[in-house]
This record gives sequence, structure tokens and C-alpha cells, in this order.
Amino acid sequence: MSKKIGVFVCHCGTNISATVDVEKVAEEAKKNNPGVSYTTTYKYMCSDPGQKLLRDKIKEEGLDGVVVAACSPKMHEHTFRNASKKAGMNPYHVEISNLREQCSWVHPDKPTGTEKSIDLVRMMTEKTRKDKSLNPIKVPVTKRALVIGGGIAGIQAALDIADAGHEVVMVEREASIGGHMAQLSETFPTLDCSQCIMTPKMVELAQNENIKLYTWSEIEAVDGYLGNFDVKIRKKARSVDLDLCTGCSSCWQVCPSKKIKSEFDMKLGNRTAIYIPFPQAIPSKPVIDREHCLLFKDARKKNIPPNDSKVCRKCLDVCPIAPVKAIDYSQEDEIITEKIGAIVVATGYKELDDTSMYGEYGGGKYQDVITGLQFERLASASGPTEGEIQRPSDGKVPEIIVFIQCVGSRDPAKGCSYCSKTCCMYTAKHTMLYKHKVHDGHAYVFYIDIRCAGKDYEEFWLRAVEEEGATYLRGRVSRIYKKGDKLVVLGADTLTGSVVEIEADMVVLASAMKAQDDAEKFAQKLSIQYNKDKFFSEIHPKLKPVESSSAGIFLAGTCQGPKDIPETVAQAGAAASKVLALLSADELEREPVVAKVDRLPAPIFSTCIGCFYCKRVCPYGAIAEEDIKARDGSVIKTVARVNEGLCQGCGLCAATCRSKSVELAGFNDEQVYAEINSVEFS
Amino acid sequence: MKIKITTKELKSDFAKEVKERSGIDVKKCYQCGKCTAGCPVAYEMDYMPNQIIRFVQLGLRHEALTSRTIWLCASCITCSTRCPKEVKIAELMDVLREMALEEGVANPKEKNITTFHKAFLNSVKKHGRISEFWMLSEYKRKRPKTALQDIEIGPQLMLKGKLSLTPHDIKGKKSIKRIFEKFK
Repeated sequence: MSKKIGVFVCHCGTNISATVDVEKVAEEAKKNNPGVSYTTTYKYMCSDPGQKLLRDKIKEEGLDGVVVAACSPKMHEHTFRNASKKAGMNPYHVEISNLREQCSWVHPDKPTGTEKSIDLVRMMTEKTRKDKSLNPIKVPVTKRALVIGGGIAGIQAALDIADAGHEVVMVEREASIGGHMAQLSETFPTLDCSQCIMTPKMVELAQNENIKLYTWSEIEAVDGYLGNFDVKIRKKARSVDLDLCTGCSSCWQVCPSKKIKSEFDMKLGNRTAIYIPFPQAIPSKPVIDREHCLLFKDARKKNIPPNDSKVCRKCLDVCPIAPVKAIDYSQEDEIITEKIGAIVVATGYKELDDTSMYGEYGGGKYQDVITGLQFERLASASGPTEGEIQRPSDGKVPEIIVFIQCVGSRDPAKGCSYCSKTCCMYTAKHTMLYKHKVHDGHAYVFYIDIRCAGKDYEEFWLRAVEEEGATYLRGRVSRIYKKGDKLVVLGADTLTGSVVEIEADMVVLASAMKAQDDAEKFAQKLSIQYNKDKFFSEIHPKLKPVESSSAGIFLAGTCQGPKDIPETVAQAGAAASKVLALLSADELEREPVVAKVDRLPAPIFSTCIGCFYCKRVCPYGAIAEEDIKARDGSVIKTVARVNEGLCQGCGLCAATCRSKSVELAGFNDEQVYAEINSVEFS
Repeated sequence: MKIKITTKELKSDFAKEVKERSGIDVKKCYQCGKCTAGCPVAYEMDYMPNQIIRFVQLGLRHEALTSRTIWLCASCITCSTRCPKEVKIAELMDVLREMALEEGVANPKEKNITTFHKAFLNSVKKHGRISEFWMLSEYKRKRPKTALQDIEIGPQLMLKGKLSLTPHDIKGKKSIKRIFEKFK
């Protein structure tokens, strides 16, 4: 059945009409093209009257195919498909001919532009002729969300989703939730204590009945698709039964391994082998660090079994829980599967702690050259010095302290090319915290630029300079060396054009925020894209800032790029609202532009030869292997199958398939060849 | 000229001293360069006006007080008017000039200017106002190399009555004297 096709050519103001003779394009579309029964031009097809024109003409002229010659389909394909749907036509009979981005904007010359536009429109007319009716794919939704990461981003997203009445599963790989924010002393620009504003949220999360919390756990695998994920969670052996333990603290008080560097204190303080990371930990129940625990060390190195009387079992002995003790050395990793509808990734960042590439800053050799997060722990009341600023080497209160900004950041040669965004502010805060605690101390900051673009941020750093008296030196540091118990810092001040030499007691490096070490592996597990710095990518930097490249997976916080707490919380809220929109429907409608591997009657079953090249190229993990079985259950052949829920319609599989067994709906071979054949090559 | 900043300069009280003398808080300056951008004599200066503030900020007393810039400043006050942080730069130059003279470190290359300033003040002190003729004669006497400079316009000025040989004293000379007493 031949179609009645309408061609609507848009002027786009003068964007198209300045370089393309739109009237001629419309006229030519009708010539030698028996299927085209109606053509017109309009100033703005995307405007309300433009859409009305489309709707009216579909009805009046009885059109069953439409070509809109306008801008990129990325802009308004959706608009015109909706309009035609309203007029009672299958929306997938609408094709867009891109006259703006692909023609008028790139060709200065009107005759050439017009000629090319005529070709472009004819190509789309030919494609439209072969358009088949497609219907949206409906997928059921599991109304539960997974939040990966228990820092401030994850906590905020989980609370927002749970408060709306949906179940949330939170997975945190450390022994407690809290993340980096729990480590901070005070927060800019208000200088309120980080833990004071953080712990109420942590407690709220722990008490929320809609939230199921897995700490000391990691994501093993994510299968399935939007609305229907199957998530495997590895619950690492904690060696402590969370249901039985009351967090009485007896065990970590008797633990003989007391000199283990605390990760929470950025290695400035010590912890025991059975420990809670910090006093306000949630859950406030310990974990045994099997690498350092004497019992496990003996078992590993000397092959002494855990039940031998010679090994250290002090924690078990002291545990007051009866009759079954809360400590269980025989616990093993457990794999749990959860059914999930939508996922929020909030896995956070890692501070650049290895500065060995910066020989000029001591290359990580000097004890009194510390990082920003280490300074946070020094300044924190819960830190190793209980909030007194003491230098790590000898506990002396530094009289002169030097801060160096952009360590690792804005250094494409050795570190990262990007700006870590938070360091200007936290360094200004550090100078204030220091001056509040050491009144007659001197704070010097080496900087390249001051980037304090945020509400009340500029005022905050100026306060550090004008009221607290921090001295900012515009330049870099060339060398730090030891002289007696001092660290001599050599640098520059480009504003005076001079070299600077400061005899300091302590140096703080404002280290870059980096992606987690395992970010790349993790992204591959979830099939989400990431950038060159291993930060997870949003689909659109402006208009889709929390959507990952995989449908149903959203991003929150610093796993997507460096950001501060206010921004992280806002993004977490945004991710939560996207999750809630998904979970609010019982069924989801998805674009039917998906690939399909053919199925034929016996004895062929499918032309697929089972090479699975398609599986290798699919960026979304949408291709599965399927056994075609005989009645007796024996496998006749193994062929590819596309999971419609995961497929994003990119067409890589169709292009790769050697036996032409894959068809992409809306872009099948017949359509693409019809487009190509319609071009008149001169 | 190479400048080296060490802990000694950074810890010095130069900025504090300037603030005590003048009320000008150089910490407020964030080195935007607006003052230098608008300065009509910056092209002649050895350091830009913003650099002079920077010297005070970082305790570089010697560089600030021996600079030619502080003497070249014409006190037009464009900088002070335009400064977004309301730092009184022209007034700062004044304080630095005073301090330079007190410490005897004023840049010898700008002796003409210091002599001119002194001749100006001497005239005000004596007559309560400027007596152009006597002020100039004092200046040219002290800086003999300038004796013939601009001499040709003298007669014309005299003919127009702009260069009177007899000074005209003001009425409140005593008050002027008191001002000089006060700021001795």
C-alpha cells in the first residue's frame, strides 16, 4: 500500500531560509514523487500554530506519513511525533530531515544549500515510505530503589526516596555510612560542624523503616534493565553478627592490635583490629579487619586454626552477649540478590593522597607536609589530636603554616586537567580554623587563581584575608626542604614578580579530588559511561545532569565530578526526584526503536550464526545468548537475543552482524538502502 | 631588580604601621588592577600602583618606600574613586611619601619632585597660599639644573598678571600656621 506523505519545510526563522530556498524545496519534494500528496512551508514548525498545521493537514489530507524538514531530530522529533499521534497517526511514520545543522548552518551558499536540502528531503521521503507502525514497549517496574554509596549524596537520595514511601536498599562498602563528609571538621561557608549537621541525617537513615542498609558490602553484579534490575550484593564477612551485637565497645577496648593506621583519620591516628571507624558510626557495631587481626594473621601465616587455644581471641572472650556471642570468626562473604527498579550511583571521590610525583613538595617524604583531608582530621574535635592543630612529626603547634593550592588539580602533565572546585574554599576555611586555634600564628597560601563562585563564597574567602589575616601569595611553590625542624618553602609571588622563601612549621597540600580507584571497573559493571578522568558521565551536561548513559541509573555527588556539599545534596535530591518519577508508574513506556534478532520457522530457527560479535560491541550489555532447544531439551543452536529493556537503539549490533540477522526497528536495511538509493549522484 | 620575600618581610608590621598612620587597610585589596588601569602616569612609574599596594601587603618596606612611583603619583585620585574595595590608593601614596622622607630613603631620582613639594609647602606655610613666583624661585634655586626650564613662559605669565612678584598673604595665616604646628 503506498503512503500519502506530507512534507513540511520549516524556515526556522531565517536559520534555514537564509541559505535554503524553502519554497523550492517544498515544490521539488512533490515533483516526480507520486507518494507525496501535500507540501508546505512554515516559519516555525515547532511553534504551537506550526504543530497545529501538522495535525490539521494529517486529518484533512488523510496523510499516513510525514516528513518534517527542520532542525536535528534530537531537538524536535519528539515534538512532531507527539503532534502526529494526537492527529491519530502512528508517530513512527514521522521522519525528520535535518536541514538546519546538516545543511543551512554549514553551507554559506544558497544554490548549494537548496540542492542539498532537496536531496535530504527526498531521502527521508523514501525512508518514510517504508516506515512501519511501531508501538511503545511496556516494561513493568519494581518499585524499589538502590542507592550505592553512603556518603552525603547517597544518604540524601535515600532519604528523599524513602520519605516518598518507596523502599530503598543502600549499599556502603565501608563499615559505616557517612563518607567523606563525616571526616570534615567544619564546613564552608558557614563554619558549622560537619558531624553536627551530618549525624542527624545518618540516624534518620538508620531509623527509616523504608531503608534497608547493607554496610561492609559491595556491588557484585547488576543485571536486568530499567525498572527490573537484579542486583547481586556481596556482604563481606564482618566477623560480627549485626543482629546480636549491641555495640558495647568491650571488644575494641581489649584488642591488642592498637597501632593500625586509621583510614578514617587519614592515617594520622590509630585504630584497633576490631573497630568502629568513628564514634558516631552507623551501624555502631564493629568489624574485624582480617588483614591485621592476630587471629586471622596466625591462621594465614602459621596455619593455626581459629579454634586453637593459642591464638588471640580476646574480643570473643570479652563479648558479653550470651548464649551466642556476637563475634563470629567463621563468617564468610554472602551474596544477596535484590530486585530493584532504579539505581542511584553515589560512590564519591578519593583524595589524591599519593604526592610522590611532586618532588618539589617533598614527594610525600616529609611527615609535616600533609593533605587537605588530613588537616580536616587534625582540626576535627573527634580527630587524633582532639582538634588541636599539632604537626604530625613532633606534636608542636605550628607557628607558621603554608597552604599550597592546586596540588594535582589543573595539572594536565602530572595530575588532573580539571579544577577540583572545592580547594579554594576549603583552604580559606583551613586558614580560618588555624587562626581560630592558633591566634598568633601566620597562615600563607600559594594559589594560581581564587575560584570561589558560590553563594556567600567570595565573602568567605575575603573574610579569611581581611579579618583572619591569611596572606595569599599568587604563585607556585618550587621546593620544600628541611632545615632543622623547619620546612623551608620556596615559591613565587607573581604580583610582585618576586621569589618567596618561608620558614614554615607545617605545609598543607590542597590535594585534588579524584575518581575512586576502582571507578572504571565499577562503571563497566553497571554499563555506565565515564570520562577520561574516570568520573561517571551524565547524558547531557546541562539538560540531563543526573542521568547516566544507562536508563534507570542516576548519578549523585562527586562520582560524577568534583563538587561541594551544597551541590552534592542538590544533585542527590535531583537524582531522587528522577527515581521517584520512574517509580510512580506501574509500567514504563520505552521507545520501540530497538534491535531484534530474527526468529524463523524450523529448521532454520534464526539466521544468527552465534558469533556474538554483537554482544562484544553492545555498549549497554543488552545482548544475551539464548539456546534454541528441541522438544527433548537438547540444544539445537545458541543464538543472540536482544533485551528490549536494555537496548538503546544505537544500531551497533545491526552494523556488526555478519549474517544480517539483526534488525533495528525504524532503521531497517530496506529503509536505509531506500534512503541511499534516492540520492542522485552527479 | 630582583625582589626576595622571606619570612622576615611577611611577618613584619609594615601594613599595620601604614594602617595605624592612615587608616588604610591594604588587606582589603584583592589585586584586581583597576587602579593601575586608570592611572594617567602609570607609564612613567617603576612599579604599578597595584604593585605598591602588594609591597605593603607583603611587608616589602624597602621596595615601597624607595620606589619612584610614590613620587610620580599626581594625586588625581582616579584610583581611589574607582577602587571596588574602597582602598584609598592615592592617600596611601601620600603616607608612603611621608614615611620615605622621615626615613630618608626617598628615591634620589625624584629629588625634583620632593623639592617641588617642599617649596610648595614652604610657600603655603609662609603666605597661607601659593606665591607662584617665590615658590618657583625657591625650587629653581635648590635644583639649579632646572633653572632654565620653562623660563620662556615666565614673561607671558607676568604680562597676564599670573606671576606676581609680591606675595598676597591670606587673612587666616595663623590658622595655617597652627596646622603646620600640629603636623610637624
